[in-house]
Amino acid sequence: MHYMTSSRRAFIIFNYAFLIGLSLLCLLPLIHVLALSFSSSAAATAGYVKFWPVQFTTNSYHFVLKKPEFLASVWVSLQRVSLGTIVNMALTVLLAYPLSKEVKAFRMRTYYVWAFFLTILFGGGLIPWYMVIKETGLLDSIWALIIPGAVPVFNVILLLNFFRGLPKELEEASFIDGAGHWTTMWRIYVPLSLPALATITLFAMVGHWNSWFDGLILMNSPDHYPLQSYLQTVVIRRDLSLVSQSSLADLANVSDRTSKAAQIFMGALPILLVYPFLQRFFMKGIVLGSVKE
Amino acid sequence: MATKKWRRELPLHLMVIPGLILVLIYHYGPMAGITIAFQKFIPAKGFFDSTWVGLENFRYVMELPDTWQILWNTVYIAVMKIIAGLIIPITISLLINEVGKELIKRGVQTLIYLPHFLSWVILGGILIDLLSPSEGIVNQMLGYLGIEPIYFLGLDAWFPYTLVVSDVWKEFGFSTIVYLAALTSINPTFYEAAIVDGASRWKQTIYITLPGMMPIIILLTTLSLGNVLNAGFDQVFNLYSPQVYESGDIIDTFVYRIGLVDAQYGVATAVGLFKSVVSFFLITISYYLAYRLANYRIF
Repeated sequence: MHYMTSSRRAFIIFNYAFLIGLSLLCLLPLIHVLALSFSSSAAATAGYVKFWPVQFTTNSYHFVLKKPEFLASVWVSLQRVSLGTIVNMALTVLLAYPLSKEVKAFRMRTYYVWAFFLTILFGGGLIPWYMVIKETGLLDSIWALIIPGAVPVFNVILLLNFFRGLPKELEEASFIDGAGHWTTMWRIYVPLSLPALATITLFAMVGHWNSWFDGLILMNSPDHYPLQSYLQTVVIRRDLSLVSQSSLADLANVSDRTSKAAQIFMGALPILLVYPFLQRFFMKGIVLGSVKE
Repeated sequence: MATKKWRRELPLHLMVIPGLILVLIYHYGPMAGITIAFQKFIPAKGFFDSTWVGLENFRYVMELPDTWQILWNTVYIAVMKIIAGLIIPITISLLINEVGKELIKRGVQTLIYLPHFLSWVILGGILIDLLSPSEGIVNQMLGYLGIEPIYFLGLDAWFPYTLVVSDVWKEFGFSTIVYLAALTSINPTFYEAAIVDGASRWKQTIYITLPGMMPIIILLTTLSLGNVLNAGFDQVFNLYSPQVYESGDIIDTFVYRIGLVDAQYGVATAVGLFKSVVSFFLITISYYLAYRLANYRIF
């Protein structure tokens, strides 16, 4: 490069320092929690722990991984993520394909699209929503976490717009070869949109893993809580009634602070593991939303 | 002819029907359930046999002393979040755009939207620990500077601003990336021409980069209008406590408490209906403006 004024140089130095500081601001809180979770309870309580474990120990993890309620909630979450994502994706593809058609090819298309779109604009609110789920007999079952949110309308619209961006000739060729709509959807549209589908699948998985409120109010017994709902009661509300007697005895050896840190970190861990993939697909997701015919 | 067309469209209808039924039950069902707002609703009696009370639930809410404070809290917190959530990501995306070293650019972009993907339960747990006045690391650091511990989550004077700052912390990275994506679509020859004309980096930012970002800025500004009554239930619910109800209680948390904790279903539904109706108008206006000003169509 050519010459640089001194004010420009000062700006660049300031800019780098600022942006690196900003990045650390997003990372350090997690590192602090990780350091706490691997520190001794004495060191954590005394406030010696910053960003590196003090008196390294895995006691908190032993304690947490022995808690039956914790393990049960992890199991509920795993079921929820797998079942919920499958249901979400099946319905997303099934809806996006017909709704991406021209009105000429599918006369009811506009009415259907509006029926789905209206749910983004208006909702009944918390209480009627709860009552409908109660009346349909889903309370306290894993399906309460899957069925009411089974149609992710926003993702349907994303995929619908993506489908509309695919060349029409492919579809026409498929029909000329004698394929019907089902075959065309499955053999042409789905294989051509794998990156888009991967993006939406990841977002559906993260959404299911992170949901906590529905579990909290739709499950009567805490053994049916998914992990995030369980963490909400134990870490945020500090409700000790959910902790079994044997765990209470163990709590004497592990500080409340380090065991909470360990649980928070384990709740975040799956997200951290898929983060590299999320990132790779993220930019595509942005582009995906903007594809219009 | 008509039957042939119908036969050809049949598979398309079959594909829509499962999703449509679910949406009718779980989205339109609750809309029909809004009748609860006009009833003294008793679950054992159900929608049809509960007593009708007209606008009694609405009158009851308006006479509650807290209602206006809650409405004010909601709008105050939401509007501060909207403004901060627009200005900060725009500024930061401009700063990232000035970074020449690809490695640093990528590293910064990678880290800043990590919090976006974590739930408010996780982030709430982290913040409660970080901000604790007795053992939290933030107050520890402030202590080194000689500042007395501040109870960020327990004082009305601090709570709303703690909400805004922590919400920006969670979401700014996500919006920043959206703006950066818009920057890549600016034609590089504009910059080349500007350099030939002797424009400084600052002038280039003002006259090329910012105007290039304008469509996406207008779009996100108009769409954020729909959030004026969304102060962020997930966040507030995981961070607030009775000590800060006066400054931090919002419509959504209020509905939750009177509805699902106190079981005053009719009253809670009435408050929820008020929010749904106002939000409906705001969102509709925002989509209309986005369409007119930024040529944005959702489908």
